[in-house]
Amino acid sequence: MTNPIAPDLPATGRMPVKPRAGVWRRLVKRPLALIGLVIVAVVVAGAILAPWLTGYDPNEQMFDGLTLEGAPLPPNASFWLGTDLLGRDLLTRILFGARTSLIIGIVANGVALLIGTLVGVTAGYFRGWIGGALMRFTDLMMAFPALLLAICLAAVLQPSLWIVAMVIALVNWVQTARVIYTETSSLAEREFIDAERTIGASAPRILFRHILPHLLPTIIVWGTLGISTTVLLEATLSYLGIGVQPPTASWGNIIFENQTYFQAAPWLVFFPGAAILALALAFNLIGDALRDILDPTQRGRA
Amino acid sequence: MSKGAGSKRTGAFAPAVSVTAGPVLDISGLTVSVRGEDGERPVVSDLSFSLARGETLCIAGESGSGKSMTALAIMQLLPQPAARIESGTIRLHDRGRGDMDRRYIDLAVLDERRMRRIRGDRIAMIFQEPMTSLNPVLSIGRQLVESIEAHTDLARAEARRRAVEALKAVRISEAESRLKQFPHELSGGMRQRVMIAMALALKPDVLIADEPTTALDVTVQGEVLELLRDLQREHGTSIILITHDMGVVAEMADRVVIMRHGRMVEQGTAAEIFSRPQADYTRELLAAVPRIGTGVGRQKSAEQKSVEAEMPGSVAVVNDLHVRFDLRGGFFGQVNRRVHAVEGVSFSIAPHETLALVGESGCGKSTTAKALAGLVPYHGDIVIGGRNLAGLGRDQRKAVRRDVQMIFQDPYASLDPRMRVGDLVAEPLLIHGIASKEERSQLVAALFERVGLSADQMELYPHEFSGGQRQRICIARALALRPKLIIADESVSALDVSVQARVLDLLKELQREFAIAYLFISHDMAVVENISDRVAVMYLGQIVEMGTRYQVFSNPRHPYTKRLIEAVPVPDPARRRPRFARLDQEIPSPTRKIGEDPPKLALRDVGNGHLVAVS
Repeated sequence: MTNPIAPDLPATGRMPVKPRAGVWRRLVKRPLALIGLVIVAVVVAGAILAPWLTGYDPNEQMFDGLTLEGAPLPPNASFWLGTDLLGRDLLTRILFGARTSLIIGIVANGVALLIGTLVGVTAGYFRGWIGGALMRFTDLMMAFPALLLAICLAAVLQPSLWIVAMVIALVNWVQTARVIYTETSSLAEREFIDAERTIGASAPRILFRHILPHLLPTIIVWGTLGISTTVLLEATLSYLGIGVQPPTASWGNIIFENQTYFQAAPWLVFFPGAAILALALAFNLIGDALRDILDPTQRGRA
Repeated sequence: MSKGAGSKRTGAFAPAVSVTAGPVLDISGLTVSVRGEDGERPVVSDLSFSLARGETLCIAGESGSGKSMTALAIMQLLPQPAARIESGTIRLHDRGRGDMDRRYIDLAVLDERRMRRIRGDRIAMIFQEPMTSLNPVLSIGRQLVESIEAHTDLARAEARRRAVEALKAVRISEAESRLKQFPHELSGGMRQRVMIAMALALKPDVLIADEPTTALDVTVQGEVLELLRDLQREHGTSIILITHDMGVVAEMADRVVIMRHGRMVEQGTAAEIFSRPQADYTRELLAAVPRIGTGVGRQKSAEQKSVEAEMPGSVAVVNDLHVRFDLRGGFFGQVNRRVHAVEGVSFSIAPHETLALVGESGCGKSTTAKALAGLVPYHGDIVIGGRNLAGLGRDQRKAVRRDVQMIFQDPYASLDPRMRVGDLVAEPLLIHGIASKEERSQLVAALFERVGLSADQMELYPHEFSGGQRQRICIARALALRPKLIIADESVSALDVSVQARVLDLLKELQREFAIAYLFISHDMAVVENISDRVAVMYLGQIVEMGTRYQVFSNPRHPYTKRLIEAVPVPDPARRRPRFARLDQEIPSPTRKIGEDPPKLALRDVGNGHLVAVS
């Protein structure tokens, strides 16, 4: 709504804004999005440069990493974020764990999002028996205990990081599919979709050029929510022995290993928790900004 | 409270001067502003008027004139926090007797708690869309009783009795049993009556009706207006009627306030406004109103005939078209009922001709259009350019469909808001592989110029245009493929009258220029008379009368056609029609049980191709 007061005044006199005139440039102009980008950059850099950033080995149980009574150390000068129950440096483990968590949070979550969107869009647009079959399958997947499915899959296949990622993707797409389905079916009822059909637009064209862009906000929200869910699901799987095998670190399994000692050694849960939160928040900030930038009706607003 | 008001309006047209009791509502210097992207901007500026007891004041104006904002300001229901009353007073006078010692409340500065007591009790409001103003999950009885209980100390049983009385007052039959019904079980007109009942149950001093009949069919509109008038006569309620429809104004108003861009352009009695408008804008507004019975639209029918003679054959032939929608129900979700939306409709459209399909909501006119445009599955034959669509494969069908394009009712809803308008107009060309990229953009630029937009607006998005401009974009888009037939489904209904007139002119020009045939679907008889060559009247999925514009309008034979034409409000207060006959029962539903097919109407030629259904 540019001019709700006098909608019949000519809309001329507005400078035509160059279109995709650098989505990136408009992204970095927004302070919140910039913060998000910086956080993601820091996490990625930390994951890649982990071996050079700390002097410790992530799996080394250090003699001076525990008190004389055998308790973990709180943050101090030599172990910045403290040590865990086995005397390993927490900072080092978080940095190395970022590799696992990024792969899970981005790749597994991304694949889940992709499957969910495709299933939801197809079912929502075509309805009929295709839609019915897809959605009943989705319901089935939703009702089926995710963990049991993951355990089965992991038992059949050899546990590895990529298998875990795949399992998580297969478990996590259902919610996205449900939400996308609902939105697509209401979008498909909109008049402009009918208008597209009258000019002879094919189904793929309508789906990808006209429906998908409208689903972006939802996809972005579910994508960012999915990061923390998937990271924690990975931790659960690790705990059950079918995820990333110990001693390999991931943010999720650091939390999981230590959560029972939360009161005695809060830093062991706090720091990896903060890391997950920061990553999810960062993606959320970027996603939010991206959604506004890609929505032409929001143009010109801060 | 209604003494003195009951006697007025004895003739077909009574001037407002008989209203003596003094104002009930007095607005002076009202300025409402809305905070937007570019700072605060007034939407109502320095508006002053007063409303006498028992009077009907119409606030008329086009969209964006600030008429609804005025109503919301009186009710203190302005959208928060963006809009606020900047200055001015809204004085609601007590039910005083003499001119001395008149006590009043200034609503503009009243706090929310006390305002709540005023709303409903002393000032009530009804809105345009009766479905959205009723809560769909509560029975209408409960909603009525609750609103009565909220304002009075009446016991439940007493409140219930009042509710039944209120429903009876708005001429709802079997009021007792209606209380148990839910909003979706009632038709639009019934729902609006319930809203009126709710508004009047507490006998307010002022009733504000914001476009109360805009969403209703013409025949229902006539009934609702009639009802408002009767009720006013009985209770002496003052009414502020907000409308864009000058016909409704002429029908209802004692006095009229014309607004534009938040300012009052003119005010006066209905007779003055219509017979001696002072302001230029009022004159323009009145001139733009499509009038039935003038038939100015088509002087060139002789020339028309010769064109038809030169181009034999029809652009489109529809033969025995049926569209039915299955409704599932029961335990296993089997099909147990069907909506017989279109039942055996046949017509043909000649090149360069405009066939209007008229009827009220639910009569199947839009469904017929959708079947023709390939949007709903159908039975029967649709022949376009001599080729029957039923026998064609997908690609062939796509090619034939190029010749039929559609313009929808709501230009905003029918344009993808995330695409640039230039791309939207280019899209049909792209889909059908016409022209190279550069040629395409030249073609699109030319189309933009042709429909009265400028080529450098191609880079903008739909929301950056006004309603009329958006409809021009839709027209450009429909034109892009150079179709032989354009289906215009209520394409000008959502537009303001002045814009509507210009868009209709454009459609006519384009028809001359490109020799397009139109299937023009509308509920508005006045517009139809303006643009059509031939008219088909639909009722409950079947055509009840079809003929040339002249045949149908000057000699309507079917009772339904007569009723439709009669129901159109005449924009002239001196020619207020006699009482409009009310239908006592609801219009029957096109939904039927399996196996119960509706009786098929036979059309009989009453002379020169004028077809009328015989029952």
